[in-house]
Amino acid sequence: MFFQQFFAQVMNGLTLGSTYALIALGYTMVYGILELINFAHSEIYMTGAFVGLIMVTVYKLPFAAALLAGMAGSCILGVIIEKIAYRPLRKATRIAPLISAIGVSIFLQNAALLVFGPQARAFPANFSAAALNFGFVQISSLQLLILVISVLLMIGLHLLIHRTKIGQAMRATAQDKETAQLMGIRIDRVISFTFAIGSALGGAAGVLVGVYFNSADPMMGFFPGLKGFVAAVLGGIGNIPGAMVGGLILGLAEVFGAVYMSQYKDAIAFAVLILILLFKPTGLMGRRIQEKV
Amino acid sequence: MKRMNYYLQVLTVIGINIILAVSLNLVSGFTGQLSLGHATFMGIGAYTATLLALKLHVPFIPSLIFGAAMAAFFGFIIGVPTLRLKGDYLAIATLGFGEIMKNILLNLKITGGPMGLRGIPKVTNIYIVAAAVVVVIFTLNRIMISRVGKSFIAIREDELAAEAMGINTTNYKILAFTIGAFYAGIAGGLFAFLFRYINPNNFGFMKSIEILCMVVLGGMGNTAGAILGAALLTVLPEFLRSVSPLISQYRMVFYGLLLVVMMIVRPQGLLSNTSFYFRRISVEKNAGKGGR
Repeated sequence: MFFQQFFAQVMNGLTLGSTYALIALGYTMVYGILELINFAHSEIYMTGAFVGLIMVTVYKLPFAAALLAGMAGSCILGVIIEKIAYRPLRKATRIAPLISAIGVSIFLQNAALLVFGPQARAFPANFSAAALNFGFVQISSLQLLILVISVLLMIGLHLLIHRTKIGQAMRATAQDKETAQLMGIRIDRVISFTFAIGSALGGAAGVLVGVYFNSADPMMGFFPGLKGFVAAVLGGIGNIPGAMVGGLILGLAEVFGAVYMSQYKDAIAFAVLILILLFKPTGLMGRRIQEKV
Repeated sequence: MKRMNYYLQVLTVIGINIILAVSLNLVSGFTGQLSLGHATFMGIGAYTATLLALKLHVPFIPSLIFGAAMAAFFGFIIGVPTLRLKGDYLAIATLGFGEIMKNILLNLKITGGPMGLRGIPKVTNIYIVAAAVVVVIFTLNRIMISRVGKSFIAIREDELAAEAMGINTTNYKILAFTIGAFYAGIAGGLFAFLFRYINPNNFGFMKSIEILCMVVLGGMGNTAGAILGAALLTVLPEFLRSVSPLISQYRMVFYGLLLVVMMIVRPQGLLSNTSFYFRRISVEKNAGKGGR
């Protein structure tokens, strides 16, 4: 009995954690390349959920199509945000793009609030979970689906970054923008591509969470966005495997922490953030980067 | 007479917002550390002052100051781990801290939970706020022309160079953050004793963003600008509300746009070259643009 409950909690944690990991990847990729905390990422995630929801409810599309549509919607939004709000500020002071990012986030959140209204919207009933029996443990089909999709996306990302030419360009740009440019890499295109991929992953997380919790609302991005960022810091910001590990750890920590202090569930992530900043500011897998003059 | 009272009330709120904007300007404008939880410190000041006055019958001025000290203490606590690193973390940490604080205020018995605290005596008036504004701006200017203030600006301009000049950047950042929290605490106390009712939502993320908008609109690192920004963003919603009540729905959308547009079109804010003192700084800033 204890084992079954324990296993169920582990599954909850892994499911939650894999969505945090998907969100964290968007933060960490952008930070790795621009050293910018993309505050609008939580709204990109929310947009993904809403696009998925509209596809399912209005156009009656199946789940897979809704997932792809959500990813595409977020992807486009991410690229547009970068073009309008961040690109003109690339040479500005550090604080300027950060404020611009917050502005975009506030704008999108409240625009969605005006369009969709504050109440949460539900996904249709045929998306609810079935319990799968594996001998003495039970797994919900949704949890399994989320885990499998997240893992596939992460493997895809890994291959993209390490096996393709554009991935190589991304790594080079993250290491040194000027030198990469000298090597003939088109920086603007690589940055756009990074935003596209990171946002698509965020959008996927949005659709998955929307289906999992069976709701989407304009404020839904706020906490998952923050937690995704914490997961990125936990793994070492700018580090892609770190973001995946960080997300999973954070998901597990939150689920097990909530057993003891449920009303402070959302505070756990920030406690983790403060602890990491105090004891290992480079994160679990990050390298210390010497600041250059 | 009623109209007069309304104008006085708006003026009083402008005063409180000026204190908030000027104090955030110290942290974000002068020292270059973006804080997204400024309203939290306002809230700590408001709740501490209110509880002292209501439960322990402490007089107004001491509870106000004690509230501010409490806010400064929390500013110090949150600043120590986060300000040791690059400023970006501060933005998230302050945001997270604000949410935790709101969570605590909503769950504690003594703070009245989501119902908040009511029955606070109305003590704050335009004279008290005016006096507070004068004291805050005067002390802030004394700080900014001192060695400490120069260190704040040096940190904003180039943290590495500042460190090479022998400035302990971490300590100065924490100091700026703590002073900013202290002033915000004063504003919170004044707020509580003006509206006579507080609840956790008064001091949430949206209020922090509102304060940030005031600073950005007026001009980061410009006290006169922060004052102008606070006045404009207090009067504007009041004015627009009298035009059409629907418009208040669009307020946050407008704030979001404002931040983006200001950063792209006029990052120095409305006022950038007003006073000699601040012009010199902006010249130095342009000169240093060659670096990173």
